[in-house]
Amino acid sequence: MINYIIRRIFYMIPTLIIISMISFAVIQLPPGDYLTTKIAQLQAQDELINVDLIEALREEYGLDQPIYVQYGKWVWNILHGDFGYSWEWQRPVEEVIGERILLTAIISFTAMFMIYLLAIPVGIFSATHKYSVADYLITIVAFVGLALPNFLLALLLLFIGYVVFDVSLVGLFSSEFANAPWSVAKVGDLLKHLWIPVIVVGTTSTAGRLRVMRGNLLDELNKPYVMAARAKGLSEVKLLLKYPVRMALNPLISGLSILLPQMISGATITAVVLGLPTTGPMLLGALRSQDVYLAGAFILLLCTLTVISTLLSDILLAWSDPRIQYE
Amino acid sequence: MSRRLGISLRFRREKSDLPEGESYYVATPRQLMWWKFRKHKLAVVALYVLGVMYLLALFAEFVSPYNPNVRHIRHLYAPSQKIHLYYEGRWHVQPAVYGLKFEIDPVTLREKYYEEKDKTYRLRLFCRGDQYRMWGLFESDIHLLGVEPGGTLFLLGTDRMGRDMLSRIIAGSRISLSIGFIGIILSFIIGLILGGISGYFGGTADLLIQRLIEVMRAFPAIPLWMGLSAALPMTWSPLKVYFAITVILSLLGWVGVARAIRGKFLALREEDFAVAAYLAGASRWRIIYKHLLPSFMSHIIVVLTLRIPHMIMGETALSYLGLGLRPPITSWGVLLKECQNVQDMAHHPWLLLPVLFIILVILSFNFVGDGLRDAADPYAA
Repeated sequence: MINYIIRRIFYMIPTLIIISMISFAVIQLPPGDYLTTKIAQLQAQDELINVDLIEALREEYGLDQPIYVQYGKWVWNILHGDFGYSWEWQRPVEEVIGERILLTAIISFTAMFMIYLLAIPVGIFSATHKYSVADYLITIVAFVGLALPNFLLALLLLFIGYVVFDVSLVGLFSSEFANAPWSVAKVGDLLKHLWIPVIVVGTTSTAGRLRVMRGNLLDELNKPYVMAARAKGLSEVKLLLKYPVRMALNPLISGLSILLPQMISGATITAVVLGLPTTGPMLLGALRSQDVYLAGAFILLLCTLTVISTLLSDILLAWSDPRIQYE
Repeated sequence: MSRRLGISLRFRREKSDLPEGESYYVATPRQLMWWKFRKHKLAVVALYVLGVMYLLALFAEFVSPYNPNVRHIRHLYAPSQKIHLYYEGRWHVQPAVYGLKFEIDPVTLREKYYEEKDKTYRLRLFCRGDQYRMWGLFESDIHLLGVEPGGTLFLLGTDRMGRDMLSRIIAGSRISLSIGFIGIILSFIIGLILGGISGYFGGTADLLIQRLIEVMRAFPAIPLWMGLSAALPMTWSPLKVYFAITVILSLLGWVGVARAIRGKFLALREEDFAVAAYLAGASRWRIIYKHLLPSFMSHIIVVLTLRIPHMIMGETALSYLGLGLRPPITSWGVLLKECQNVQDMAHHPWLLLPVLFIILVILSFNFVGDGLRDAADPYAA
């Protein structure tokens, strides 16, 4: 097992290298760099240009050098904890993004928690009550949930909240906490607002997992070992939870690894619609204004987050299913 | 997913549904698939829905009552007009709409519309209206549905600039529905090449492609799409942007397809018929295209059908964010861009109507995919 984990961590290295390259390529795609546009803009407005600062920055990030040198410097700086400088915010990137990455992670992980908390029991119920009225209802809701893209659900929730309940669902904090330092009260306030983005981000995946859980469990329930256990007089609940459910859970655990990228994707666009202080709006702004280091850091960190979670889910799967060979 | 109980239930129904006698045993695979697909009632309904939607998109100019870009400046943010059969004091066969009266509310300063019950305008089929060029080929001004001169026909309301929403939704469907199709074809080509190499030849190529697939799967799609489409120059022509967005969507779309194809190749290349073809001296190319590909094409079509909604969602999301298609192109995502704040939506809820069409299309593709999945293996009854 230890060997397996070490090998998996080793496998992560090339993946991370490719990810860093793609992130860098993405942020370098637009023609020109931020400095040239910024200088032109400032000159047009007759503003004072801090020539020294700009020259220093140009030097530091090697904007005049070939692309592979720039990439090398970028990676080297990141390995030393320096994500670069956000032109737009006039601050080092790591100062700007820290809290936003944290909030994105909180939303994504809470949504994942909710997905499994809902999908597994409802899926079990749906499978054991196959073709009942409740099962049909669940199926219909699940299909609609699957068909609703996150941001459309967010739009509809906003609309319904405003028109029917006359509340604004925008934001993650009440106004008095928005800029306050972290405190117990602020965490409480966060929890009060968290459920809306969590519902928005989680619905599609909950519906998907629910269908998977139902399908797998139905497969298992028809296998002879279930009949044998029933014939031996095992209580129905124990019979269900001890064997078929455990078997049916495996695809859900291995599905964890692609769930987190989906969560982060969903959280990004949902955040734009709901105006959350997370990565989404800031990434969008950074991409629009070619704030390359900020955008690059976001893409890189979001991807790294998902690679690490892939590793965790693989380890979890290996641990939960002893039949898996640590080849 | 073989559902044993489901199958037995289904089998009993099958007996009564299927053509009697020998026809079942002499039917071609294609016929069997169709019979099986037909049994998934929701899928059949969904297929009809999609058919209608694509027909609407194909004949957009003719079907829509107005030119989607014409501004009716006297009818900004007009609500949807109701069609009446009871007017002028009695029932009629020919439906009609009332005139729209416009007023500014003195308190809220918002536009308010009233129906003028004394002015009725009858609806007409094949009515003359805005000029258009059908598929850029021939000119016409005949629209499927129109209204008597002097009246207006905004069945789904108008937007900020007084453009007819129904016409815009129909015009947008042309982009939104085709982007899914073209995107999936691109994904299929990339997926077939990479998945095929990986699955059939194996070895180092397989290892490399597998790693690439893993990396691509680890990417959160929307941030990557956002990054790529933000890089598109603003100066590009709408057509260029359209194809660029399609390519961007397929850049992640091929991954699932490649995985499915690789799995099928791995499973089938050791099958007896493939080995037999090899021993008979068939070239690899011939084995792949003549023997392997046809035997799993039905499964791949299922995978592809279920991926199309993702493409449509991707386009909608990008355009909504302002990174995808831009006006003057009309797509459902571009239409939804009007819904940027809650107040706008609350006062003009018909701006949200594209959402319904998106959901309808995505649901339909899911149901059709579900039905195809059942039909893909016609002998597995």
